[in-house]
Amino acid sequence: MIINLVILLGFQLLGEVTSRGLNLSLPGPVIGMAALFAVCVIWPRVATHIAPTTTVLLAHLSLLFVPAGVGVVGHLDTFGADGPALGLAIIGSTIAAISIGALTFVGLMRLTSGHDD
Amino acid sequence: MTEFAEIWTYLSADPLLWLTLTLAAYGIGDALFHASGRRPYINPVLIAVALLAVLLRITGTSYGTYFEGAQFVHFILGPATVALAVPLHANLHHIRQTAIPLIGALIAGSLAAMISAVAIGAALGLDQATLLALIPKSATAPVALGVSEAIGGSPSLTAVFVITTGITGAIIATPLLNLLRIKDWRARGFAVGVTSHGIGTARAFQVNETAGAFSGVGMGLNALLTALIAPLIANLLFAG
Repeated sequence: MIINLVILLGFQLLGEVTSRGLNLSLPGPVIGMAALFAVCVIWPRVATHIAPTTTVLLAHLSLLFVPAGVGVVGHLDTFGADGPALGLAIIGSTIAAISIGALTFVGLMRLTSGHDD
Repeated sequence: MTEFAEIWTYLSADPLLWLTLTLAAYGIGDALFHASGRRPYINPVLIAVALLAVLLRITGTSYGTYFEGAQFVHFILGPATVALAVPLHANLHHIRQTAIPLIGALIAGSLAAMISAVAIGAALGLDQATLLALIPKSATAPVALGVSEAIGGSPSLTAVFVITTGITGAIIATPLLNLLRIKDWRARGFAVGVTSHGIGTARAFQVNETAGAFSGVGMGLNALLTALIAPLIANLLFAG
């Protein structure tokens, strides 16, 4: 358990140092995730070892963005004035992204497998 | 009465109170979500945020004071983001089997999400700060918040956009994909994960196991892609 936490925090630290050191706009934890993914591909045993800890962490992932979400109290006037525009932007872009993503997937499946379903 | 005032003075200066209330509010939201039969629009995060916002208002507590307690929860976002590598690795065989469709759909879906949101928002007159906060909304929350901060958006606004995008996707995915006559569970799940991250993935698992697995892959890959290209899109659109 402790070693698993050290691994996760260590990769985050590595990511933060890389992000700041190289002045990247990529968040440190994302670099940490990519690095840990690469390590898991090379040594699958690492993934097996930390899986119990990551499962617990990820089981309540949505709890972790409550504190940031509450920050919305400072933006309530934005929602009052821009509510309809924001609603349309979110609904419109969600429809566009799901449709385009799924159609691209199906199109490329047909191209690469060479048969229709 | 004086006693209560004294206790309140102690509590309001201590991180314990708001840390406890953050967990309690989420617990209530989670219980309602389960009681509703896991309906996507009964979202535990939105319920918790609303409850806490009302509490802050009633008690006259500033967000700064609240965050002193809540920061312990907020901190775990970092290691949790790193932990997303493990489920992504667990689905490596899916990624290898359908690499070309996955990469194509990832790029198309991710770009469509970012560009269409900004285009619609700009056409309807949203200001630049709000548009920046909209860009990373399809990425999973911990990544989206980090990206929003990095490109000069407001992480709080992004947090709300991420959740509403997740809920929207979870609700419209099934009727929309039926309308488009897409029957491949891999395509359906993947597109939902790319667009609506964890909330969409939870929904996809309710509908179909394969769709759920591919949705998880979509969520993980789009977290990486959004972090890579959102700064470029922000630069391109708002080069000042």
